[in-house]
Amino acid sequence: MQLTIKVWRQKNNKTKGKFETHQLSNISPDMSFLEMIDVLNIQMIEAGQDPVAFDHDCREGICGTCSMYINGRPHGPHSGITTCLLHMRSFNDGDTIVIEPWRSAAFPVIKDLVVDRSAFDRIIAAGGFISVNTGNARDANSLPINKEDADASFAAAACIGCGACVAACPNGSAMLFTSANVTKLAKLPQGQPERYIRAKKMVEQMDKEGFGACSNHGACEVECPKEITLETIALMNRDYLTASLIENREG
Amino acid sequence: MALDAKIPGGVLAEKWTQYKSTIPLVNPANKRSLEIIVVGSGLAGASAAASLAEMGYKVKVFCFQDSPRRAHSIAAQGGINAAKNYQNDGDSVYRLFYDTIKGGDYRAREANVHRLAEVSSGIIDQCVAQGVPFAREYGGLLSNRSFGGTQVQRTFYAAGQTGQQLLLGAYSALERQIGYGNVTMLSRHEMLDIVKIDGKARGIIARDLVTGELERHFGHAVLLCTGGYGNVFYLSTNAMGSNVTAAWKAHKRGAYFGNPCFTQIHPTCIPVSGDHQSKLTLMSESLRNDGRIWVPKNLNETRPALSIPEEERDYYLERRYPAFGNLVPRDVASRAAKERCDAGYGVGTSKMAVYLDYADAIQRYGKQEATKLGENGASEARIRELGVEVVKAKYGNLFDMYKQITGENPYEVPMRIYPAVHYTMGGLWVDYNLMTTVPGLYALGEANFSDHGANRLGASALMQGLADGYFVIPYTIGAYLSTEIRTKAIPTTHEAFEEAENNVKNTLDQMLNIKGTKPVDYFHKALGRIMWDECGMSRNEAGLKQAITDIRALKEEFWQNVRIPGTSDELNPELEKAGRVADFIELGELMCIDALSRNESCGGHFREEYQTEEGEALRDDDNYAFVSAWEYLGDAGYALHKEELIYENIKIAQRSYK
Ligand SMILES: Cc1cc2nc3c(=O)[nH]c(=O)nc-3n(C[C@H](O)[C@H](O)[C@H](O)COP(=O)(O)OP(=O)(O)OC[C@H]3O[C@@H](n4cnc5c(N)ncnc54)[C@H](O)[C@@H]3O)c2cc1C
Ligand code: SF4
Ligand code: FES
Repeated sequence: MQLTIKVWRQKNNKTKGKFETHQLSNISPDMSFLEMIDVLNIQMIEAGQDPVAFDHDCREGICGTCSMYINGRPHGPHSGITTCLLHMRSFNDGDTIVIEPWRSAAFPVIKDLVVDRSAFDRIIAAGGFISVNTGNARDANSLPINKEDADASFAAAACIGCGACVAACPNGSAMLFTSANVTKLAKLPQGQPERYIRAKKMVEQMDKEGFGACSNHGACEVECPKEITLETIALMNRDYLTASLIENREG
Repeated sequence: MALDAKIPGGVLAEKWTQYKSTIPLVNPANKRSLEIIVVGSGLAGASAAASLAEMGYKVKVFCFQDSPRRAHSIAAQGGINAAKNYQNDGDSVYRLFYDTIKGGDYRAREANVHRLAEVSSGIIDQCVAQGVPFAREYGGLLSNRSFGGTQVQRTFYAAGQTGQQLLLGAYSALERQIGYGNVTMLSRHEMLDIVKIDGKARGIIARDLVTGELERHFGHAVLLCTGGYGNVFYLSTNAMGSNVTAAWKAHKRGAYFGNPCFTQIHPTCIPVSGDHQSKLTLMSESLRNDGRIWVPKNLNETRPALSIPEEERDYYLERRYPAFGNLVPRDVASRAAKERCDAGYGVGTSKMAVYLDYADAIQRYGKQEATKLGENGASEARIRELGVEVVKAKYGNLFDMYKQITGENPYEVPMRIYPAVHYTMGGLWVDYNLMTTVPGLYALGEANFSDHGANRLGASALMQGLADGYFVIPYTIGAYLSTEIRTKAIPTTHEAFEEAENNVKNTLDQMLNIKGTKPVDYFHKALGRIMWDECGMSRNEAGLKQAITDIRALKEEFWQNVRIPGTSDELNPELEKAGRVADFIELGELMCIDALSRNESCGGHFREEYQTEEGEALRDDDNYAFVSAWEYLGDAGYALHKEELIYENIKIAQRSYK
């Protein structure tokens, strides 16, 4: 395949970026999208240019590192997959492909396609856990959990923290990520003691990080590679409200 | 230096309990002034860091990814073992211990493996308490499956995403301590050297990967939890960033390297599709529970899989190993696949693949479901539909991934699979306390050599990583730190920090100044080819000798002709890769030296000269029942130290899965 690649170049977060155009030939349809970028980078290195920086690691859709905006969509044209699982057979010979970093105020660009998503870690540090020290646990089967709840928790826990939801949102909101991480624990009996305070702390941290407000646009759900649903947002909103009610009652 | 594994005395089953209760404790006030550096945030690193911080130590954690949650452990699929015996199928601590020693082809330490089996149960309890959503039965209890090399069901899992869920559990515990201010997290940082003062590990030099700045960090102890080195083969199932650099730098500073040639080639991976291939993808071993592996009986078969009638298929694992069938250990399954493909029976365009077939499983599950639902006269189509649903629930994400990568639908046609490099049993040599030969320097998880001998059983790496981090190091580190309570934090202006930082800086400058013609990947691929051909699934003397010569030449070429764009004071992924590949090249040579020195076959180490008439690995227990621990001697090469393996509890025997 022959391709025209228009890719975002930005030296660091202090300089302005711009698109750069490159021609590629001999791209096999069996290549993954990131392998196509590998080819582009080798070509650039051999030509004495600075290759495109991009984040990636597992290349099998689970680590959440890869993060590219491809032809106007986070993770490219297909739903339910990450960039690293996208293969070139999804494109046609002669296509022009436009590649950009996640764009959001809370995810500053570090270089080219690499952005800073550490805000996500801080949301988890604010409350995304069950407070149990090592060695405090009782026998695992002493707490049966009905399969439906376990499955619902698992579905929310599938979030890979990639940030596509934020990138897709016109407001740059992190509601889907935060609610997935609230929901996975709220669905389990172990998660109940800290349930409401957890939601409150995580939402407060999310607001502090400069993510936008949620206006129920729904783009996050469409673009999430792990198919996290808007229901998790509804649950988080309820838990957050409950937390405020409890606080008012106690206050 | 004589190797002392510090294995406590006493009866095997009581060693750990007794030893644990005699390790000196560090009082809470002293813990607050003791600093621990943890390099790595995978299962081993995150669990260790969280636990140590909970205990009151001051902890600093480093990882090269942008978040600790992205460590390679996240990609583990199939499951984690524990001797819970929830299935009442005869499992016990002893059986898990025995299976692991046997699976490792009698090249692991009894005391370590027994401890691992003892603490395995507590890992599951801890993870469930953290909210890890393991698979459950309708009754609400935990579900189990079987894995290779065992005849009980002791594997706990979360669909095909077990590593992800376990790591998110450990990560949440770590983030909790970060939030409390007990842990300082430094993501996008790469450790590039160990700092030693008076023979003890006292800190590290790390590079901030965003600014390129070199930083000095002091610690009373340093824990390397930096994962495995499978990427020395270029193509492997490891994440792109997985590397040996931290372990290799430690090796050069005096930590012995244990059994470097013991690598695991996993039997079920998606085959290579072309020269562009950047990594390989595992299809979890759990798929061998239900899938059947076969190749055509006829040489030069050209028909597609579905057109080959049953009687013309060779289910070679079931044929050769009737007792374990498709569930033989990995090394055995991999070699058997290679044997069939080398003999010309391989499938697919490259002929370097075998089939992993789910048609029977879909039928079997479909019929079971129909019976459960009372649909006695269910049609073929209905049975298939029900069967596909069951398979989807168990392995859906793996099937989807296969489809994404190959463009073929595994519910309809058998998957094509081939062995690929997956795991490294070798690693830094550690004693019973998990300390390397450098005092104060520890290695945990895949980075150490400890528990898996010459072959690791499925679902036991996750177990070992978490055992090391949650349940072993929190105790054993006391043995060292209790002697360090009077050591004040050493200022990083100390000359040893200066020397180490200069060492790192010089290496980076030297690499950048070569300005040659070939990109880093060229060297990595060339190394990978040598390693795969000569130090992969089967090895021989002539090949290994040639490999050593070739690797030395490659090293020379690298240092004369690599081209690294950019500078060292910016985010520069090519520079990061170059440093890792330079270390892989040196490690590759040591792996070949190690393989050449071990004149026997055992587990994943198959020397063609040493095999039985049936082509099985032929161990030499009289001469090779030892761990090879290699000391770095600079230009003089490497010196071999032997740790004899003494089996007091298990009768060492020819491994049989027939
Ligand atoms: C695809 C796949 C599937 C697997 N499935 C299973 C399974 O089902 N069951 C099972 O038991 N095992 C499985 N394994 C094996 C298992 O996942 C690993 O052995 C285990 O997760 C390793 O954990 P770790 O904590 O030792 O290292 P890792 O998780 O690899 O973590 C290494 C850490 O070290 C950091 N690091 C490395 N070098 C440096 C440096 N120089 N400076 C700073 N930081 C550094 C990294 O950033 C990372 O945080 C699988 C492996 C693969 C590849
Ligand atoms: S919710 Fe979905 S899109 Fe958002 S971070 Fe998680 S996996 Fe990515
Ligand atoms: S590289 Fe890990 S999800 Fe894409």
